[in-house]
Amino acid sequence: MQTEGKSRKLLRIHRDDNVLIVVAPIRPGDRDVIDGREVVFTESIAIGHKVAAGDIKAAERVYKCGVPIGSAKEMIPGGAHIHLHNLKSDYIATYTLDKDHVFVK
Amino acid sequence: MSSSSNSRSNNSPTLQGFLRSDGRKGIRNCIVVAYLVECAHHVAREIVDSFKAQQVHLIGFGGCYPNAYADRMMNKLCTHPNVGGALLLSLGCESFNRHRLEENIAKTGRPVSTVVIQQTGGTRKSVDAGKTWVENALRQIAEVPRAPLRVDELVVGTVCGGSDATSGISANPAVGRAFDMLVKQGAATIFEETGEMIGLEDVMSARAITPELGHELKRSVEKAAYYYKQMGHASFAPGNAEGGLTTIEEKSIGAYCKSGDSPISGLIKPGDIPRRGGLYLLDVVPDGEPRFGFPNINDNAEIAELIACGSHVILFTTGRGSVVGSAISPVIKICANPETYERMSDDMDINAGKILRLEASVDEVGEEIYGKVLDVAAGTQSCSESLGHQEFVLTYKSFEPIGPACLPV
Repeated sequence: MQTEGKSRKLLRIHRDDNVLIVVAPIRPGDRDVIDGREVVFTESIAIGHKVAAGDIKAAERVYKCGVPIGSAKEMIPGGAHIHLHNLKSDYIATYTLDKDHVFVK
Repeated sequence: MSSSSNSRSNNSPTLQGFLRSDGRKGIRNCIVVAYLVECAHHVAREIVDSFKAQQVHLIGFGGCYPNAYADRMMNKLCTHPNVGGALLLSLGCESFNRHRLEENIAKTGRPVSTVVIQQTGGTRKSVDAGKTWVENALRQIAEVPRAPLRVDELVVGTVCGGSDATSGISANPAVGRAFDMLVKQGAATIFEETGEMIGLEDVMSARAITPELGHELKRSVEKAAYYYKQMGHASFAPGNAEGGLTTIEEKSIGAYCKSGDSPISGLIKPGDIPRRGGLYLLDVVPDGEPRFGFPNINDNAEIAELIACGSHVILFTTGRGSVVGSAISPVIKICANPETYERMSDDMDINAGKILRLEASVDEVGEEIYGKVLDVAAGTQSCSESLGHQEFVLTYKSFEPIGPACLPV
């Protein structure tokens, strides 16, 4: 049922996701298969981190568990590590607390 | 939904429920022994302990001072469809309104009695009186009529506890998939933990079946953010980037994804029972200024609230490995972490850790959870149930009633 079928290190959580979750440590030079396409990793990526399932355009929404988790800061090629350097939050908190701990909007 | 899951639900064995006077049906038929103040706890426990391996469960409220929330919780729990009858244990001078509770239970046709320890003559006589009553009540409730129970009559709650980094990427999304299947079959499903949904207010609001409900969902998360801040709780600090979490939205998804993809049909508070199938958010954070401390002091306080909303079964996801069960409704354990599963498999009903080893997909484990819900509804004991877990916690809280926009249907 997993679309990337032969992958040994990447988990797709939701069909709408454009990121995959690393479930075994990735080292530079490692190869894997994403959606039938071979990728060669150029960097170390730790368990729990994300990689792009395919090319993601700058400003495109990034989905994990079928839910948007932010937008790409730049074009992210398939197989690349996604983290603070290329993904930003879309969330702007609408609540805050003033100095007297009063709830303000 | 895949074809295999459709065939499973079509071929699912006809479930038999215990028919209650309000039309709801239980998947268990237990007697609850409920102490109405801590001073009556020991007597209640002595009574329950003499019925080991029988369906006699201990619940109660320890406080001596009155509390509308605790009163409502006890009323809803004692008339839960899994409950066949109730014995109330009162010391005699506490402020809990035992008369009204007994009346409300009696109105449902359930056997009920109150032992007032001061009137009965102390510990030993009260224990004896209680045991005699429970023996008779067990015989009486064995005669409760059975009726076919459809999946669309089930209420299923979910909670996570003892979470770790694996929870959000294996067990929780799998529960979301099971929730989607249950909602598709017409069941009511309940998720909670608004305190862990910061950053997802808009995403969640967009799933509401009306814009007004969407607004209420958003407000419930804002309320949680404020409340936890007052508690000095640092739950909303940006996620641990080292573990791979990049944004606050991503951190919050871990708990949120248990809700699956269905539209959200309503916002309820502890004791509100969904009137029909669909997905509901349970707002467990008290209203008003913090008065009684943390919203829920532990996982069982949340489980009790899900049960008070009518949950027949609780889906409990854990990464580090929780062992708790509950009084009244069975708890199904879904273990997120494959190493924890290997270490604690006696306590775990479902091994969602195999998702991380790429041995099963999220969909497949979701179907397995769905099947387990039906098995447990058919009478199979969950792991925590067969190990005798019957934890129960109820403390002081305060709530305003839900507004008209919260339950559009």
